Amino acid sequence: MEKFEKLQGIAAPMPLVNIDTDMIIPKVFLKSIKRTGFGANLFDEMRFNRDGTEIEDFVLNKPQYRDAEILVAGDNFGCGSSREHAPWAIADFGIKCVISTSFADIFFNNCFKNGILPIVLPQAEVDLLMSDAEKGSNARMTVDLEAQEITTSEGDVVKFDVDAFKKHCLLNGLDDIGLTMEKKASIDAFEAQASAARPWV
Amino acid sequence: MTAPKTLYDKIWDAHVAHEAEDGTCLLYIDRHLVHEVTSAQAFEGLRMTGRKVHAPDKTIAVPDHNVPTTAGREDPAQMTEESRIQVAALDTNAKEFGVHYYPVSDVRQGIVHIVGPEQGWTLPGMTVVCGDSHTATHGAFGALAHGIGTSEVEHVLATQTLIQQKSKNMKVEITGKLMPGVTAKDITMAVIGETGTGGGTGYVIEYCGSAIRDLSMEGRMTVCNMAIEGGARAGLIAPDETTYQYCMGRPHAPKAAQWEQAVAYWKTLFTDEGAHFDKVVTIKGEDIAPCVTWGTSPEDVLPISSTVPAPESFEGGKVDAVKRALDYMGLEAGQKLTDIEIDTVFIGSCTNGRIEDMRAVAEIVKGKKIKDGIRAMIVPGSGLVRAQADEEGLSEIFEEAGFEWRLAGCSMCLAMNPDQLSENERCASTSNRNFEGRQGYKGRTHLVSPAMAAAAALTGRLTDVRDLI
Repeated sequence: MEKFEKLQGIAAPMPLVNIDTDMIIPKVFLKSIKRTGFGANLFDEMRFNRDGTEIEDFVLNKPQYRDAEILVAGDNFGCGSSREHAPWAIADFGIKCVISTSFADIFFNNCFKNGILPIVLPQAEVDLLMSDAEKGSNARMTVDLEAQEITTSEGDVVKFDVDAFKKHCLLNGLDDIGLTMEKKASIDAFEAQASAARPWV
Repeated sequence: MTAPKTLYDKIWDAHVAHEAEDGTCLLYIDRHLVHEVTSAQAFEGLRMTGRKVHAPDKTIAVPDHNVPTTAGREDPAQMTEESRIQVAALDTNAKEFGVHYYPVSDVRQGIVHIVGPEQGWTLPGMTVVCGDSHTATHGAFGALAHGIGTSEVEHVLATQTLIQQKSKNMKVEITGKLMPGVTAKDITMAVIGETGTGGGTGYVIEYCGSAIRDLSMEGRMTVCNMAIEGGARAGLIAPDETTYQYCMGRPHAPKAAQWEQAVAYWKTLFTDEGAHFDKVVTIKGEDIAPCVTWGTSPEDVLPISSTVPAPESFEGGKVDAVKRALDYMGLEAGQKLTDIEIDTVFIGSCTNGRIEDMRAVAEIVKGKKIKDGIRAMIVPGSGLVRAQADEEGLSEIFEEAGFEWRLAGCSMCLAMNPDQLSENERCASTSNRNFEGRQGYKGRTHLVSPAMAAAAALTGRLTDVRDLI
């Protein structure tokens, strides 16, 4: 997995609440058996007309946000399905950080497996970052994972919380499965004990 | 004496295989269900790293999302190229890695969340995961069950564990009794109406109270199925006699002495007196009416006797979301819900594709005809549900009323197969999500119970089923 350390980039504002996984990547695009290439269809139904032309006023179609690497979004981002295609599409498009007042649980976990940093902040701070993002491409935000702080284009600093283990994995680009396999002895011991206690499982 | 525990605490504690100093746990997984959409990349990951499936005997695969529901579907020409590739990949992976498998040609094939309980794979006290958010369904057995992403699917395949942090405890109590015409679907929609789609985020919900106790296993599965729509990691219902009766004799349920041992253990699975809940929601069963959604989020739900709300009656970011939703749905504030005319009825899905759902529909439509011009489709959740409905004579009732009686699959719940809405087509649907585009590009979804969907099929508009019973 790619490491996430410090990111300086354009932030795109998407204040709509309850942006769901069907909006992020409609199911007609879930049929690939690869992990890559989903960025072309990120937010497909909001971003393109049926004939494939772009919907001009959609934020990521505006010239100043085409290269956005950060998304500042409305409450409950990523609700709905467990499809990891949602973070795959976001990462494939080039977005590495999403900021909101809350995220759906499965989407939130899926982000960390794909080098994306989801940040939860109180409403007032999301509002501050949203207005900074609305300034367009001249307003570049900095997200520093090590220091756990976001710096706006105006120099305002917002601190954020992140789970220590998830932070460690993102900073070092660690693969979960490899880490878990190091604990094989614990898993084997648990299995032996559980199959004695609950042999029907 | 140990502190009193919730049901969730008990199941969690019984499955921690390793705990790190920071509280991150490796949770052991008893059952891993797999379908074709979210597993291909995970099996590919195993292949690339030379890893095996740790516990193939606890891994159950079935194709459901992409499969057509019409006769002759064994013919690959019935599927799009991409669907064929996904189903073929599952066939290959199931065989290569040696997991339990129910292919399309098997009568037991169906929606993964219907097949698991039906075959007795899902039992009380287990941990159950699947690369699918509606895994919450299995919580009806008092099993800790939730959806996971594809990276986690690969993690479970390789290690039979998940890296997890514990959620908080939430209690949803439904007191009293349900009124006639009100069903498990209405309970679960009413709860989301109360809490919002983010209200359960960070929690595992335990549903309790007399109205929950009175539900059959099938009704309980409907309630837990939509726990995810309220944002919760999982929904749980403590097992009781209803649960044991449902499990007994199923192909993969324990037998003889092991059955006795299992039941003795299952009887310890309840929330202790005085256990702590971080959040409590209580709803009177008598206050729940048949519900219908009017917008594009499951929280956009109201009793059928209501009118479409105005965007200005909401606050914050929801005002714009409601404007967008009404525009998408082609509705006006103030319109009576019962005046909304529909084009299509879809009955099925992991929420409402079980035999009792089929019976509820038959009861309403028996001897009647659906309204002229309405497309009505009823899709059993598994080949066995279909066979039973045939045996009970339900399929004749459906066909005489004008329904299309289909083969098992996810069907029109999610538009990944040929069953889809066209632009602006309005559907009364027993599925679980009314998101934009969920049932087809620009399709308009109103979520309802099976009885309400049947009523809508007869009248051609959203209808209060209580007027027909």
